[in-house]
Amino acid sequence: MPYIPNTHADRKRMLDSIGAASISELFDQIPEDLVMQRPLDIPGPLSEIEIRSHACALSKENSNLEDHASFLGAGIYDHYIPSTVGAVIGRSEFYTSYTPYQPEISQGNLQSIFEFQTLACQLTGMEVANASMYDAASALAEAALMATSITGRKEWVVSSCVHPAYREVMRTYAWASGCKLVEAGRNGIKTDFLELSTLTTAETACVVVQNPNFFGALESLDDAGSRAHQSGALFIAACDPISLGLIRPPGDYDADICVAEGQSLGIPMSFGGPLLGIFACKKKYVRQMPGRVVGATVDTEGRRGYTLTLQTREQHIRRERATSNICTNEALVALASAVYLTTLGKLGLQQVANLCLQKAHYAMETISGLTDCGIPFDAPFFKEFVVQCSRPVDEINRRLLDRKIIGGLDLGRFYPDLADHMLVCVTEMRTRDEIHAFVEGLAE
Amino acid sequence: MSLEPLVFEKSSAGRAGVSLPPVDVPERRPAEYVGRDNLRGDLDLPELSQIDVIRHFTHLSSMNYGVDTGFYPLGSCTMKYNPKINEEIAALPGFSRLHPYQAEDLCRGMLCILYDMQVFLAEIAGMDAVTLQPAAGAQGELTGLMLFKRHHERAGEGRRHIIIVPDSSHGTNPATAARCGYDIVKIPSGENGLVDCSALAGQLSDEVAAVMLTNPNTLGLFESDIKKISQLIHDSGALLYCDGANMNAILGIHRPGDAGVDAMHFNLHKTFGSPHGGGGPGSGPVAVKGFLKPYLPIPTIEYSAGKYCLDSDRPESIGRLHPFFGNVGVILRSYAYILSQGPDGLKRVAENAVLNANYLLTKAKTAYDVPYDGRCMHEFVASAARQKALGVRALDIAKRLIDYGFHPPTVYFPLIVAEALMIEPTETESVETLDAFAEALLAIAREAESDPEIVRTAPHNTPVTRLDETAAARNMELRWGKPGD
Repeated sequence: MPYIPNTHADRKRMLDSIGAASISELFDQIPEDLVMQRPLDIPGPLSEIEIRSHACALSKENSNLEDHASFLGAGIYDHYIPSTVGAVIGRSEFYTSYTPYQPEISQGNLQSIFEFQTLACQLTGMEVANASMYDAASALAEAALMATSITGRKEWVVSSCVHPAYREVMRTYAWASGCKLVEAGRNGIKTDFLELSTLTTAETACVVVQNPNFFGALESLDDAGSRAHQSGALFIAACDPISLGLIRPPGDYDADICVAEGQSLGIPMSFGGPLLGIFACKKKYVRQMPGRVVGATVDTEGRRGYTLTLQTREQHIRRERATSNICTNEALVALASAVYLTTLGKLGLQQVANLCLQKAHYAMETISGLTDCGIPFDAPFFKEFVVQCSRPVDEINRRLLDRKIIGGLDLGRFYPDLADHMLVCVTEMRTRDEIHAFVEGLAE
Repeated sequence: MSLEPLVFEKSSAGRAGVSLPPVDVPERRPAEYVGRDNLRGDLDLPELSQIDVIRHFTHLSSMNYGVDTGFYPLGSCTMKYNPKINEEIAALPGFSRLHPYQAEDLCRGMLCILYDMQVFLAEIAGMDAVTLQPAAGAQGELTGLMLFKRHHERAGEGRRHIIIVPDSSHGTNPATAARCGYDIVKIPSGENGLVDCSALAGQLSDEVAAVMLTNPNTLGLFESDIKKISQLIHDSGALLYCDGANMNAILGIHRPGDAGVDAMHFNLHKTFGSPHGGGGPGSGPVAVKGFLKPYLPIPTIEYSAGKYCLDSDRPESIGRLHPFFGNVGVILRSYAYILSQGPDGLKRVAENAVLNANYLLTKAKTAYDVPYDGRCMHEFVASAARQKALGVRALDIAKRLIDYGFHPPTVYFPLIVAEALMIEPTETESVETLDAFAEALLAIAREAESDPEIVRTAPHNTPVTRLDETAAARNMELRWGKPGD
């Protein structure tokens, strides 16, 4: 047993010391009729060689992006992960530690989270950020619940251009906590702000938009914040952190809370998890903020150090009166994103954002010259856009596979009126040749 | 001064840590594409060369303590060894570079693993169905209570608005219940540290939705009346939730489902060996009895007609908890862990976890009070009450253990034990390690008598000494700011 050091002799010596005749005697607390009388019906044990080859075989049944060029995004993105990220998060002093309750031996973790919080603020233009949450979807739900506790109101007005899965998660949380999610419609692929305004009333806790939105389009957000604020509601913006290399951040358009999906920042797609919920807000709301926070302080010798702080908001102290039930954050994923942002730096992130912008627009313009496909909506966008197809998206994607290409998302899956529409994503990973191959495949 | 400057303090304009390819398509100014109004002004991010990035984070890692560094008996957290093969498996490109919106027939291998993982966990729990979506134990608890809530709504019992928790429960239990719109009633533990059945019976009514228990409980004791408790709860029409944080004690020996539990969550990062990551990512799958299956989050992962598939057409579902399928990277590691152990191996995990805890308990109680004496399961709670009388508190003992090279146990939890030291050795520690730790505990107990000051001022050999947490909360310095900002 490679993971259990106790030998037969060890066990005997230990039992003697305890004064027990057998190991099963140690389980005497469990009533006999509740002790399993048969082995668990699960496979194994497999040796390291066997488990590796079993897993490799299964992994090969998946068509992954190592040997396919992908134009699929919709919330999970194929961005480049610099080699520094794996080198750092593979250090077991980080990944085999836990929540830094003992700051004296956790300064590495604590300082890196403090840096993550700062990077999140720099990126989003917000004043404070927490130590991260599970993913953007639950972070949006937490943001809306936070707005409810600040305003005492229970209605959440959400643009239908927010990621459908995020809205579904928000709806689940809303139902469970006795709140109500109200969806504002869209004009084409942009939020119908007139309807959003009308729906925002004295009952509204928050107004939620995403920018770029689910369709990749940049929303016209200049009035969104002031309209929400006029009704006494909070303005919550979700965004793509890569876009913030070029695009104006939520702090610029007066968002009260900003949420972003951090997966783009150096995290593998891993079939959609683990992810990284970036959560930032105005400083005046910091005491209502959910999740862990790290603060700077000094030790008894006056040296600067970092520690978990504002813990009186949290479940282990406040129990049922906590701001949230959240216990852990996504520390290792947050660390990965901090290494990513530090490695790229200002110039690197601007460059990645520009590569996405240029290549996506090149792809869009090339597609707009096709006779079979078209670009039905005219809206400024960052790295994703909508293509109208003359055939079912499913069928096109199946054929693209022959070219080792994974096509875009079938929008009909989430928006029935957009059947035969494909959401196409182009990141810095795609080359001009791959874009051409994709466009040829669309035209085929 | 600071031990390692912040990355922002090491920044020098014009540096970058990675090279990127040139733009290989015709390039235009960004404003031509998105309009000047959509562009941001300044972007403040640090600028470092690659070696500076690596040295910075390497230096930070050297100020961190993990399971790979040494013994980490943090009670309730099951800080066991994280097998390295599992890291390699999660990183296979066929898993790590897989997009969740790929067509089902392009990710058969992954769906097969997720489906099998559901089956394994259901068998281990003694339950009928599993969702892998919850990203952490706390979200698992939330999912479980949502399932209960939906069940009661459907059964016309929406009036049930109370969740009962014992006073020894994890803080997440009442916090989750509040998140789910419930009122919380706390019941005191009996003198033996177990649920007091008559106290429980006194609180049960047709307004109670569920009782949340941890079994073994946070004192490291098995709720031996669990069948009677379950009977009482179900007779009143309420449901029983089990916090599975302590599953490591009972793998292959007892199944919560067999004792009447209706829903429970696993903490894969505790029980099934995936790393804790410095505080996440975790994974908190929920296992349920058959009557709750219709309410499980969508999509569910099914197997029919020789194919793995996703089912989103489930009108009674509570909805989604995760935008995709949960923390798959963590699930993969635990899947590999379960297969590596097999049925006998999992049972041996529990046996040795309990053996190690009892061995340490036998040694510790020669110098420390143990309020709930007798045998323990995978962990035990000692008290520094005796040392407190000498002016040395549980926190001081925890800090002094750092000087001896160990990570401290959990302190001041559960709340019902004064000066609590909650110690969980796990099965992956050798008897030599346990002996060395026990010697340190006893040495500190002697120091508390002979030289309490050295304990009170510990730790002495760390990069920083004790931090001023009051100042941290008062000053609220939560980010770096440019000098002068």
